[in-house]
Amino acid sequence: MRRVILAVIGTIAGLVALLSFKSHAPAAVTAATAGTGGAAAAAPAGSTPSAVPSGERAVDGNVANTVYGPVQVQVMVKDSKIVGVNVLEQPSSTSADLQIGQYAFPQLIKETVTAQSARVDAVSGASYTSAGYIQSLQSALDNGA
Amino acid sequence: MGTVVSFDVPGSAAGAVDDAVRWLHWVDETFSTFRADSAVSRLGRGEISLADCPPEVASVLAACAEVAELSDGYFSVRPAGPLDPSGYVKGWAIERAADMLTAAGSASHTVNGGGDVQCVGSHAGAPWRVGIADPLRAGQLACVVAGRDFAVATSGVAERGTHIVDPHTGRPPSGLLSVTVTGPHLALADAYATAAFAMGIARAQDWTEQLEGYEAFGIGVDGETWQTSGFRAHPG
Repeated sequence: MRRVILAVIGTIAGLVALLSFKSHAPAAVTAATAGTGGAAAAAPAGSTPSAVPSGERAVDGNVANTVYGPVQVQVMVKDSKIVGVNVLEQPSSTSADLQIGQYAFPQLIKETVTAQSARVDAVSGASYTSAGYIQSLQSALDNGA
Repeated sequence: MGTVVSFDVPGSAAGAVDDAVRWLHWVDETFSTFRADSAVSRLGRGEISLADCPPEVASVLAACAEVAELSDGYFSVRPAGPLDPSGYVKGWAIERAADMLTAAGSASHTVNGGGDVQCVGSHAGAPWRVGIADPLRAGQLACVVAGRDFAVATSGVAERGTHIVDPHTGRPPSGLLSVTVTGPHLALADAYATAAFAMGIARAQDWTEQLEGYEAFGIGVDGETWQTSGFRAHPG
């Protein structure tokens, strides 16, 4: 059974919306492709952090190109659970981007890990905006998280 | 459709996911209102007739007409003017994708398209559990519904690509942050959620209560919740 961790995706996507709306016009939110095909291409090599705690695996997401710049995340997996998320690459072309990254990514990571505690198979909700962030996370999950 | 679709399938049915993804891309090419060259966009502009479209377009529009009648016009294929059956198409496409996996031999799977979820069979013998996002608290769940062979669709203020308006007034409805509809088929659950959201809180409660086979859960602008008498939430 291939488990795709949907609750986490929802959490991230909600924050993606937050990120996008705070820094840029809502109309500029990038639409992802329908289906997983576009997001599930081969993972790029490298980018593994220098120290991976024992029992944990690092799975890289693909680089997702957004209108704000490239985004790549990496999930840390232990016993089929996400125990951490690392942001390998994020938009940094403006000071606003950097501020948002400093505020939002720690929040995002905390909520991603928290979402693991409630056992749900999927989340239905109205804030599932897709963008580069979610694409990269999705591809990390597809790549074997 | 500007949506990420996730599949949760047994490894033995992984090959069918490729077919389902191809189907979703075809639906996007045919029905997207964001693509000027889609059949629906061209039909809406009067450049082609219904007979020139793939037969799925006619069957979708016929199904939309039924929901429009059932909802006193609160569901509309022209919610903001131009032809736009998205309020039905997304759920319909995901339900059909789930059907394709069933046809390929999978007895248990879920397909989740941007928060609209079709569950088939069970989760290793246990009910599938679908959380309903709390629009006031990012990352938190308002409640969890559990079951076998069921669908969950949510319409709300933050839903991408569907700025739902009351077709009667052309304005956003008042009083509701989100409406979730559960039932056997995602196509109808999605359309019903869209209609109920457009109605606003008071009418939505009355209308969803009398729907056959479908239940609803709503969250108001002040965080208050309501549900139809047959709606069953499970501990999160």
